[in-house]
Amino acid sequence: MKITFDWLKDHLKTNLKEKDLLEHLTNIGLEVESVENFSTDTELFKIAKIIKTEKHPNADRLKVCDVNVGNEELKKVVCGAANAKEGLITVYAPPGAVIPKTKTKLEVAKIRGVTSYGMLCSEAELNLSDESDGITELSRKFEKDIGKNYFSKSKSKSKLIDLSITPNRPDCLGMRGIARDLSASGFGKLLDLKEKKINSKIKQNLKVKISKEKGQGCSVFGSCLITNIKNTDSPKWLKDKLISVGQKPISAIVDITNYVMLDINRPLHAYDADKIEKGIIIRNSKSGEEFTALNNKKYKLEKGMCVISDNKGVLGLGGIIGGTRSGTEFDTKNILLESAYFDPGSIRNTAKKLNLDTDAKFRFERGIDPLSIEYGLNKAARLIKEICGGEISKIDVQKIETHKLKNITFKPDLFEKIAGFKISIKEMLKILEDLGFKYKKEKKTFRLTIPSWRPDISQEVDIVEELVRISGYNKIKTIDPIKERKKSTLNQSQRLFHFLQRSVASKGYLEVITWSFTDSNYNNHFKDSKKEIKIVNPISSDLSVLRNSIFSNLVIHMNKNLDRGFKDLSIFEIGPIFTGSNPGDQEIVVCGLSAGKKFRSSWIEKERNADVFDVKRDVIQTLVEAGYNSDKFFIDNKTPNYYHPGKSGRLFLNKEKNQVAAYFGEIHPNILKKINIKTESLVGFEIFIDNLKLPKKTLNDQKSKFTFSDFQKSERDFAFIVNKDVNAQDLIDAISNVDHSLVSNIKVFDVYEGNNIPENQKSIAISITIQSFEKTLNESDLDKINNLIIKSVETKTGAKIRS
Amino acid sequence: MSDLKKLKEQFLTKLKVKLNLSEINQIKSELFGKNGLISTQFKKIGTLAESERKKFASELNFVKDELQDLINFKINEVENAEINKKLDKEKIDITLPARSFIRGKIHPVSQTIDEISSIFSEIGFSVEEGPDVENEYNNFTALNTPDNHPARDMHDTFYLDEKKQKLLRTHTSPVQIRTMLKDKPPFKIIAPGRTYRSDSDQTHAPMFHQVEGLHIDKDINMGHLKGCLNYFVKEFFEVDKIKMRFRPSHFPFTEPSAEVDIGYEMKDGKIIVGEGNQWLEILGCGMVHPNVLKNVKVDPTKFQGYAFGIGIDRLAMLKYGINDLRAFFDCDYRWLNHFGFDPLDVPSNYRGLSR
Repeated sequence: MKITFDWLKDHLKTNLKEKDLLEHLTNIGLEVESVENFSTDTELFKIAKIIKTEKHPNADRLKVCDVNVGNEELKKVVCGAANAKEGLITVYAPPGAVIPKTKTKLEVAKIRGVTSYGMLCSEAELNLSDESDGITELSRKFEKDIGKNYFSKSKSKSKLIDLSITPNRPDCLGMRGIARDLSASGFGKLLDLKEKKINSKIKQNLKVKISKEKGQGCSVFGSCLITNIKNTDSPKWLKDKLISVGQKPISAIVDITNYVMLDINRPLHAYDADKIEKGIIIRNSKSGEEFTALNNKKYKLEKGMCVISDNKGVLGLGGIIGGTRSGTEFDTKNILLESAYFDPGSIRNTAKKLNLDTDAKFRFERGIDPLSIEYGLNKAARLIKEICGGEISKIDVQKIETHKLKNITFKPDLFEKIAGFKISIKEMLKILEDLGFKYKKEKKTFRLTIPSWRPDISQEVDIVEELVRISGYNKIKTIDPIKERKKSTLNQSQRLFHFLQRSVASKGYLEVITWSFTDSNYNNHFKDSKKEIKIVNPISSDLSVLRNSIFSNLVIHMNKNLDRGFKDLSIFEIGPIFTGSNPGDQEIVVCGLSAGKKFRSSWIEKERNADVFDVKRDVIQTLVEAGYNSDKFFIDNKTPNYYHPGKSGRLFLNKEKNQVAAYFGEIHPNILKKINIKTESLVGFEIFIDNLKLPKKTLNDQKSKFTFSDFQKSERDFAFIVNKDVNAQDLIDAISNVDHSLVSNIKVFDVYEGNNIPENQKSIAISITIQSFEKTLNESDLDKINNLIIKSVETKTGAKIRS
Repeated sequence: MSDLKKLKEQFLTKLKVKLNLSEINQIKSELFGKNGLISTQFKKIGTLAESERKKFASELNFVKDELQDLINFKINEVENAEINKKLDKEKIDITLPARSFIRGKIHPVSQTIDEISSIFSEIGFSVEEGPDVENEYNNFTALNTPDNHPARDMHDTFYLDEKKQKLLRTHTSPVQIRTMLKDKPPFKIIAPGRTYRSDSDQTHAPMFHQVEGLHIDKDINMGHLKGCLNYFVKEFFEVDKIKMRFRPSHFPFTEPSAEVDIGYEMKDGKIIVGEGNQWLEILGCGMVHPNVLKNVKVDPTKFQGYAFGIGIDRLAMLKYGINDLRAFFDCDYRWLNHFGFDPLDVPSNYRGLSR
């Protein structure tokens, strides 16, 4: 909502200054978004005419225009607008001018090799409308004004103040509502409205009927016929007023309806009465009905939309937009002025279905004062008569419902209970009265009548809000919080989340945060058997699905970093992946990805590719750090299809293999090829937090009793020859099962294939620590256990001890 | 001069010159070997007369000690010299690079979430979570934003079905609903998490982070709200003085509602939070609307309290001087390294939030 202090003063008597106003507005909840010094900035903008256009020699879309900027002085201006053509009268901004919209200062500039002196402006650039397609087109009548200022110099230097009005305050979409709030808070006195009622003897002879049907979106329709008018340009005061708040003057009729709307938030609509066939019917639309709206678009209506129609069909969508068929023009002689009440819900439904957004719709969907119908007609009709002449008829009001003022009972005690501070009853009543409430004292309560322009107020707490707002939020006391904790801040799984996050980062991974949606092409590589979840209205086609895996985004961003020239990089993300489109169909995953080499070009270490055993270590170390016992882990090679089938693993926390705790491995070479990623190696892992059983409650529970042996220990090495397809883990399992009390620290220290080893076999060398908790083992004890180990491995894995 | 003295002088002279280890050992065995000169003298003791025996023995021991000490000293000297000589050859260029190490980093948003949790933990809030995919009811209707409410226009919502029943949550407020439906009052929670709006430009990302706060009890009023946020902002920005402004606003799920601005100034192109003359909006809050409480079966005549929603990314930008919101999600290695935090840098109450 754009306002000026000058306009506010039509409703407000105050001695206060503009700078006090800004602070006051914000303090009562009418947030000042921006302030601009409109009048001084716009003196440079001139009415100008394009004399000649030529195609720009170096750009297809650009034109070089010769522009008459007054006194036949020609300027060369480069312009990209499609509508820039010879003879067009438009608005020219010379170098030095500041474009109102962008706040950029123009300079003489070379555009693709051609020097441009200033620019031709669109309405959007001048803040006149949202029309940014093409430059401003002025009518022939401006021919005589070429060279003159486009913005008439207004006497006032009133600043243009842009307010952000919250959706609950339709009354503040008009100057009067803002003035009323200001006066309630002590910023001046609200002036009375002095609008005389039209005293006419002429009958409004165009019949209006609201059809009584289910879902009728219009409850009151007031109208007034004005005959024999001469539509013209608005007088200067009206033009200035509209321009002062960034509105473009069009014609007196349109300007007057806009003026009344901005002044008291009472939208009106003017029909060319001669174009209405036999009266007006407000009814629900039939399915398939069509009409062309004032925005020159054709709309096909669904059943049940509130339309204003005549005998021939739809004239307009009530409270949203009028139609071209009955629109007013400069030669319009007789007009029907409409002032109606439309149901906010009905307005919103229709506008949403047709994807239509208009100023009227914006106001009606928030709730227009139903009791402003006649006032609006009176004010507009009187102005029309003043400016355009003609005769005004009596006002005709059709209604199918009488608006009843709402009442609520308010207990003053509630104020302190919610606000935490006190104000006197006298103060309360003063504020409410200033805001337009009527009250009746009852025993301990008040019977309040809510003003018709406040649809947002429906219960006691809304009254509290009004009182706190107008008294000032600075009166709210600051009650310091008590430092007391009754419940632990994080639960077990949240603690695990934070632990894993920092544990993975401590292994050299950079944490990234990527979007929960991704490119479906990438997602397809990593979704395995999961269902694709589409977003109905994605922000772009490459962000159209929820991610089934974090890998898709990590790979995309890894690739970008490789393109930036970084070769060796580890990144990870901890966050949700999605398994369905219902709330809760998601799980938390820690996903890491490493590219390139380890120890690239090191003077001391041997350089090598990042490999599956790097990520295996990261996974296992992370889980061990989080409190899980690696002795119980079970690992096999069954992994989803986006991993290298031979170089990847699946990890369970125990041999029961309930839920997969993690996957790790090389990313499948086919995927690398498809996504065209250039790196020596790409390995990754996923830890599924939701599948990890929570660690024991306290560290005390986690620590078992401390036991150790001081008896002499002996380290023995064994080398076995086994078939290639036997896993090292099988040997380790066979050994650890021999005697838990004696055998510990089983370590694979060499794996060898080749010379001296039969084909399809390999040698695995293992070192084992043998130690008793009871005595020092002698040679024969050791021999015994050695033989047991060899026997166990040989029978369980088919291995042969290498002699 | 007695024989012993002669012996002593003779060997002291012998040992005076520079000797190598084997020469010293040669002398050692000459003296102390099985038939060494000193060893034979000891054997002599038994043959002496009682009267001379004591004197001789003490003299002999004296000589023995002196020679032995000198020999040990000489051996040590030579050995040390040899070690030093060897170490001299072992000199390396210590300025060569160390074995390489890679530092992982925690994302500034994660760090900020930890900081926020740590601050609210101190005053008794616990952390709740909710799903990223929500139903229309929890995200809007239960929060007193029925269909056809214009406030819905302020949330550009991503939908997962044509009927617009399933969506990506546009704020963390549905966690309020879930928490209150699940448990009984009082409630004192924060809920940090991802939120989504189909809005993308220089200052908006389609995904961002919010933290929701909710405190419901028998007599929680706007003074408590002000106190809580005042405490939070001071702790978070780690400043003693901060200018804060509550101003009226509107959210369908709170009444009265407020927006909170903090003071700042620009210094060398960087935002300095605290005492400046400019205002910057950082959060929205208010007293939970009675309709919301009714929707979650909490009696608004018995319980009341406040809720707030803070943009986490915005806070992180302010605190750490990050200019571009989009960079949070760009995963640029250089940016992550620059703005990321060491994983050991865990924000905590006793140690302080940041180093």
